Amino acid sequence: MRYIEPHGHMVSRVTDDYEAMVLAGCRAVCEPAFWAGYDRSGPEGFYDYFCQLTDYEPKRAAKFGLPHFTWLCINPKESEDTKLAEEVIALIPQFLDRPNVLGIGEIGLNKNTRNELQILERHIDLAARHDQLILVHTPHLEDKHKGTRLILDAIKADSRIQPGRVIIDHVEEHTIAMVLDAGFWAGITLYPESKTTPARAIDMYEVYGGQRVWLNSACDWGRSDPLAVPKTAVEMRRRGHADETVDQLVFQNPIRFLAQNPRFTVR
Amino acid sequence: MTRQQILDLYFMDARSKLIDIAAFLDRVDRGEGEPDFRLDAFRKALAELHRGEPVRAKSVLMSLSDPTVEPIAKAPGKGAVGAWEMTKSE
Repeated sequence: MRYIEPHGHMVSRVTDDYEAMVLAGCRAVCEPAFWAGYDRSGPEGFYDYFCQLTDYEPKRAAKFGLPHFTWLCINPKESEDTKLAEEVIALIPQFLDRPNVLGIGEIGLNKNTRNELQILERHIDLAARHDQLILVHTPHLEDKHKGTRLILDAIKADSRIQPGRVIIDHVEEHTIAMVLDAGFWAGITLYPESKTTPARAIDMYEVYGGQRVWLNSACDWGRSDPLAVPKTAVEMRRRGHADETVDQLVFQNPIRFLAQNPRFTVR
Repeated sequence: MTRQQILDLYFMDARSKLIDIAAFLDRVDRGEGEPDFRLDAFRKALAELHRGEPVRAKSVLMSLSDPTVEPIAKAPGKGAVGAWEMTKSE
């Protein structure tokens, strides 16, 4: 088996996870910027984090022969403070030329507030001005459906953004159709409790099709499993899906999206 | 897959989860004090299982979702609890 982990918060994981992922067939890992579990005290904390994502973490992954890529932003959980968010957004352009940066992400909404929406629009503008791919986080649980609609409306309102260069992550059964129907890519996140199980992910793949879908573990400091993608591939085989179909979903699809940035050369 | 193959593959897993839900409701009944809005939301979502079409997962998720459409003025916190409380919306 071979697969891409297109969404993993590896700064929160132990080194043994890198080894386990490589042993399971992982060929590349992509790490969006996210909330650390606590609010950073100022923009300097984000500067250090962006250095970690673009310098230190790729070296840690390289010890296992694993290419490491990243996405940069201030996560919506911290964008309620618009002054801080603007200061962090101003830091991002100086990192965009670093060799493992794929785009702007994971941006989006958390509690669907006006301030979060304002900062989402600033991120969309940043991506448009620098011709960057976009990775979007959709809100959790009861906030997901409303937040996904607001996010899609905000992106569609900017005519500079091509839907095929945007992935809307953490879709579930009540949001996947609106994402795919609007021409975006959809990410299905495999979590033990709060998002999607392997069985439900495969259900969505079977019902809605898999042309513009990827799977990810979004492993971080919470309950999550860095091997969720290969475990779902095993589940697909149990259902009788052919090896080529599995490979398409867990390896070829993420490459098709990510290779829109020429820095992503994994094949 | 045939329905028989699906049952062979997933019945035991679904049975286990069904009993877990039953045991959870029993546990809540045995508990003391007043429950918050989540219990009513859970019971309402359970009713979606009686639908006769294969859209139950979507219907359960929608039942637990915020139905409003406008962004709110201020975040009440960072987390989500899994069910929408009408009185907390604007």
